[in-house]
Amino acid sequence: MRTPFHKIPDSLIRILVVFVILVGLALLLRFLLPSSLKDRPTFVAATVEREMAKPVRYAGSNVCADCHEEFNLKKTGYHRNLSCETCHGAARDHAENPTEAKPTMPRLREFCVRCHTYNASRPTGFPQINPASHNPLKPCIVCHNPHDPKPLTVPHECGACHAEIERTKSFSPHVQLACATCHNVPEQHKVSPRVITATIPGEREFCGKCHAKDSQVKETPKIDLATHGEKYLCWQCHYPHMPEVD
Amino acid sequence: MIEPLAEKLADLLRQVSGYIYPNEIEVHWSILIVVYPYLTGLVAGAFILASLVKVFNVKEVQSVYRLALLTALAFLLIAPLPLLLHLGHPIRSYEIFLNPNFTSAMAMFGFVYAWYLMVVLLLEIWFTYRRDIILWSQREKGVMRWIHRIVALLSTDVSDEGVVFDKKMVKAITIIGIPSAFLLHGYVGFIFGSIKANPWWSSVLMPIVFLFSAIVSGIALVILLYMVITPFRGGKIDMPCLDKMSSYLFYAVIVDFSLELLDFIHRLYQSEESIKILSEMVMNKLFISLGIIQVLLGMLVPLGIMVSIKLFKFQDELRKLMYFVSVILIQIGIFATRWNVVIGGQMFSKSFRGLTAYKMDITGLEGLLTTLVLLVLPFFVLAILVKILPPWDTTEQARSTAHAR
Amino acid sequence: MDRRKFVTKLSFLLVPGGVIGTFLKNASARAAELYNPSKHYYGMGIQVNKCIGCGRCVEACKEENAVPKDPFYFRTWVERYLIKKDGTCTVQNIDGRISGSVETGNEKEIMRSFFVPKLCNQCDNPPCVQVCPVGATFKTEDGVVLVDDNRCIGCRYCIQACPYGARYLDPERETADKCTFCYHRITKGMLPACVEVCPTQARIFGDVRSSASPLTRFKRMNKLHVLKPSLNTEPKVAYSDLDGEVR
Repeated sequence: MRTPFHKIPDSLIRILVVFVILVGLALLLRFLLPSSLKDRPTFVAATVEREMAKPVRYAGSNVCADCHEEFNLKKTGYHRNLSCETCHGAARDHAENPTEAKPTMPRLREFCVRCHTYNASRPTGFPQINPASHNPLKPCIVCHNPHDPKPLTVPHECGACHAEIERTKSFSPHVQLACATCHNVPEQHKVSPRVITATIPGEREFCGKCHAKDSQVKETPKIDLATHGEKYLCWQCHYPHMPEVD
Repeated sequence: MIEPLAEKLADLLRQVSGYIYPNEIEVHWSILIVVYPYLTGLVAGAFILASLVKVFNVKEVQSVYRLALLTALAFLLIAPLPLLLHLGHPIRSYEIFLNPNFTSAMAMFGFVYAWYLMVVLLLEIWFTYRRDIILWSQREKGVMRWIHRIVALLSTDVSDEGVVFDKKMVKAITIIGIPSAFLLHGYVGFIFGSIKANPWWSSVLMPIVFLFSAIVSGIALVILLYMVITPFRGGKIDMPCLDKMSSYLFYAVIVDFSLELLDFIHRLYQSEESIKILSEMVMNKLFISLGIIQVLLGMLVPLGIMVSIKLFKFQDELRKLMYFVSVILIQIGIFATRWNVVIGGQMFSKSFRGLTAYKMDITGLEGLLTTLVLLVLPFFVLAILVKILPPWDTTEQARSTAHAR
Repeated sequence: MDRRKFVTKLSFLLVPGGVIGTFLKNASARAAELYNPSKHYYGMGIQVNKCIGCGRCVEACKEENAVPKDPFYFRTWVERYLIKKDGTCTVQNIDGRISGSVETGNEKEIMRSFFVPKLCNQCDNPPCVQVCPVGATFKTEDGVVLVDDNRCIGCRYCIQACPYGARYLDPERETADKCTFCYHRITKGMLPACVEVCPTQARIFGDVRSSASPLTRFKRMNKLHVLKPSLNTEPKVAYSDLDGEVR
């Protein structure tokens, strides 16, 4: 193209003018619009402030101790790890206005049953009952003080806390074996279950009492204790609560 | 609009198979987000066809060059509409331009789109048409005269040097424009392909597949428009032009098909964790839209038709019919491709354990009727553009078509 | 000056001095009460073996944060896994309570079964923050990922980008929403609502940098897992006893 330096084509000039106008408009908008007057840290700070100012509905467990002595009662019982609001619901309003706003006071069976009904997925050791057979229709709080819940009678069998194992065992060939047959359970286990644990048999000969070839017990499957299962303890292969063979 | 949504979601809950995360019951990117890549794909494809003509001086296709450009513009202008309709707060959407998050592919795409529209497409159209617009404005009266004067940016330069400069600019813009068009639609693919959370989308091939399916759909659209508009205007379809465009379409379909086949084989061969749920989804939820519509009708049948045209000699009229059927099938097939990517990616749970369903509304902002309007609207825009900037009977074209013969 | 006059003069200084001193002490106490985010970095621990699936956490979260009560929007939820002896794994949502119709199946077939609480992992490398086009979602100095309601345009890109399904679109505000670790509570020294009401202390909340806290003990005494580690989101919610079947 033989355009001399000072002779820029007319079309290009027009395009450049339009371009400059558009860029100018964009810059103008950027500096005029209120939101673009703020930068990112301002947005962030404003959002954080808004978030922090949102209303609180749960008061937190310590607040109840100021007025309610049930809090102290709860400290040593089985419900010591629960917050008051776990059962009583959001109580911040009540903490600020004790006479006007009252938290809920659950008295119906359905409430306790929600945590304590039997479910196979619940971890072993968590007390579970079958609501249909465990004192049906009776409100739980008649027998169990919710702030210091104790079973009325000390459970002699283990199914109160180990419900899934009890049920599994009840379908199995070991249904007639009491838990205490194989496990030594110190009394303390019922009070501090995670600290004081029950024992499990540590020798093959223990199971051999019923299952060795020379055992006098009738109608149990018999194996040669010397060779069967090599070096393993019996429960390392066979689940004792539902013993199966391949 | 909360009640109907709650009812719809409750209904969908019953159609869930397996397990989905509870928040996944709502399908977040609906039919509007299917329409959007479909429209931008047509833009990229139409532009690339036009660019081939200019850069490689393909004489036979010169006659559709301007039509392809106008088609690209018409669809590009409508493309943001489905996005705006989909946003929860469209009024705030300018923030993408004023205060974008630079790590966000979606935000950066806003700039790619703006670049492509302003610098590439509009400039190319302007420089191509400039002299003709001025000549028309000099001949006309009334409203059209003023429209043309303003579109010409009040220029009156009809000199030959001006035209020579125009041509150079067009060439330069086209050369920049081809990678820009690649970027435009490849970027949409990247927006999906970069989401590592979703194994149906997350793939290096996604931008490439999107791009080539865009090229296929764009070329097919221009062919379709050419075949419909020319007889409508009383003209005669130029068979060499049609044959050449269809050749390019054929090559593009081969590449697109190979890429999609590669993706498929690669997934099956690698057999990653997600393969089970994805296979289940394809067989159960996407069997018709993917197996039948996208692959069989949208790709294999047109491929078969075009291969047979290459192998055997058919009469002009028969060839026209075969081309017409192919491009229609291809359009449906590429729309189904977008559907399978967007909706498909939301039909399975990120837990890889369950499938959900998508119920498209008929009415409402994200419904079928809105979709149909959005798909038809670009043709209205094209009609207006064709009225203001007629892409035929110019001195330029008359010269080149005469030269081609 | 005699003693009386001295004492009188001194008292004239002491009283205003005392008032000013008390004022200053209260002001510094107030300044200490003003929250300093750079002094904290929050994380959570979840002991899967303790969760009983009661769903009180889900309810408390909805109550505390005014989340719509419909079962389509959850800031936190609990999943129930049932792994049978034949290896099949079934997962269900606990929609705030164990419904009576939940199928436990015959105990004979169960190999393992447990509950897993889920929530936003407040990732250190959050994909949601990366993809937000307007920067409406961001990570605070104390490690919590928040959403700016006034900026969010409702494009739902962040919801697609979250690998954990932790986000949803608030139907009334039409903006993205998710668990905030109850930011309005933790900045006042309280616990998040879900941690507050959990009856078995399956959820543990704290400062990941502290030397003495329940979270620290949790990190010391357990082998920790995070969800989807291969995606490199660096979640700050750590699970102990997490089964390999959990996604």
